[in-house]
Amino acid sequence: MRLSSGKLLHAVGLTAVVLFSLFPFYWMVAASFKTQADILASPPVWVFTPTLQNYADIFADTKVSGAIINSLIVATSSTVLAVLLGAPAAFALARYDFRGKSDLWFWFISNRMISPIVLALPVYLLAIQVGLLDTHLVLILIYLTFNLPIVVWICTDQFKSIPSDLEQAARLDGANQFIIFRKIYLPLGAPGIAVSAIFSFIFSWNELLYALVLTRRNVQTAPVVATSFMSGYELPWGKIMATGTVIVLPVTIFALIVSRHMVRGLTMGATK
Amino acid sequence: MSEAPTRPNRGYGRWTPAWFLAPAVLALLLIGIYPTIFALVTSFRRYNITRPRDGFPFIGFENYISVLTDSTFWSSLFLTAQFYVTVLPIQIMLGLIIALLLHKPGMGLLKSLARVTLVVPLATTYAVVGLIGRLIFNRDFGVANQLFEAIGVGKIDWLSSPTGAFAAIAIMDIWQWTPFCALIFLAGLSMVPGEIEEAARLETSSKLALLRYVQLPYLLPGLTAVMILRSADVLKLFDMVFVMTRGGPGSATDLISIYIQRVGFRIFDLGTASAQAILLLIITIIISRLYIRLFYREVH
Repeated sequence: MRLSSGKLLHAVGLTAVVLFSLFPFYWMVAASFKTQADILASPPVWVFTPTLQNYADIFADTKVSGAIINSLIVATSSTVLAVLLGAPAAFALARYDFRGKSDLWFWFISNRMISPIVLALPVYLLAIQVGLLDTHLVLILIYLTFNLPIVVWICTDQFKSIPSDLEQAARLDGANQFIIFRKIYLPLGAPGIAVSAIFSFIFSWNELLYALVLTRRNVQTAPVVATSFMSGYELPWGKIMATGTVIVLPVTIFALIVSRHMVRGLTMGATK
Repeated sequence: MSEAPTRPNRGYGRWTPAWFLAPAVLALLLIGIYPTIFALVTSFRRYNITRPRDGFPFIGFENYISVLTDSTFWSSLFLTAQFYVTVLPIQIMLGLIIALLLHKPGMGLLKSLARVTLVVPLATTYAVVGLIGRLIFNRDFGVANQLFEAIGVGKIDWLSSPTGAFAAIAIMDIWQWTPFCALIFLAGLSMVPGEIEEAARLETSSKLALLRYVQLPYLLPGLTAVMILRSADVLKLFDMVFVMTRGGPGSATDLISIYIQRVGFRIFDLGTASAQAILLLIITIIISRLYIRLFYREVH
């Protein structure tokens, strides 16, 4: 088969896309396997003898492992809470007609647009007053401001696609709305609920500003600890990049799972 | 109202929706609205927590006046706008090129691989993007300078010169968000009905004409979405820039979120910072109303 110039150009273009997407990520992972001397080498080295020392160091460091556990606790709890609160709301938005419904829906969705710094200031003051500063709870709750909208949006969309005959049949059998929600919508809407949960988890896991402002020593999350390495003279680059890799790896896997829904999730359906 | 309701039995009572909605609505009101009101109140007070002895007296619009006459506030808003108009055209252009590459038939495996790898920048934790930026753009051992020297540009003082730092955060943002534009445009391209595209390909061999007359109408909704969503995101942009430059050198990368964070949590002038935050909220509300008006007019 002859490789035409058009095909060649296409292949080169696609290869460039792959390199573009992966290079910074690759450079971080490579650095995580380098010694400090290799990282500081000028010009940078491309071929090196990999070492696992950086990973051994960060897993021995209770600060890093503690931060990852904190991130897990906060992201999981906030996700569970967002689904518990959001899925019923999505059911109501998908299935009932009532006045002000579209305004309510807009209000849910518009929460995603608000800059964290707007809420971080007052929540900081409130958290001091009620003694919630530096607790998991304050992060779990504040993360609902961006997790609830995503759950409500994706689940409403999903629930709307469930055929209503099932519901009518159940109603004839005497099922009330709560049973219909639990026995029909939850199981049939499970894929959408799962996607929205993964998105909530990713957003919570990646969040820095709230975590930076609302935590001190006890509840620092993984991004906060990774950021905190960035002061002082001799930066431990290998450890920093190993920490970065450990932080990014789980979310990347999750993101690949929901990659087909990525655009819908990030745009909240702006492109139908 | 006076007549007896004669609507068909829908299988639920009037208040049933409320039972399903109440938990989520109450939670968002408590977590979202209550702090916003608190911020509004704080914005009318002198509220510096490093000087609690002064108390936190009401001072009317004094904070707002000092914010609106603060040239740093305006310059960080201006810088944010500048950042937006710098990164957005590049993200749109690159995104469109990538989308067209991915839309083109053939190259099955390589194409799937390219599509999958686009997810990686989007998923990378923003703070970690900043860490990577610090590594790549280091003056001495950064790989960016190695690549630039290879093409004969020479060493650039990325993170410690104003232009260099601005360029560095722009490049990292372009890396992270171009895939998003590409995926949106790809979705738009796949909406073009197959027959129409085939017919157009037979009519003309010009790729540009195809893009302009056949594909563009399907790309426009996505383009609007990108512009509005990215403008909201740039107003929020904090994590990556904070990690990479902390707003410096000087105020070269002092975007609006970074500046407000500094006033609030470094100088602890929460009254002024609250006024700034409320102004930012007003800007955001205007943008999100625009967003809703453009996209959701026909929904429901």
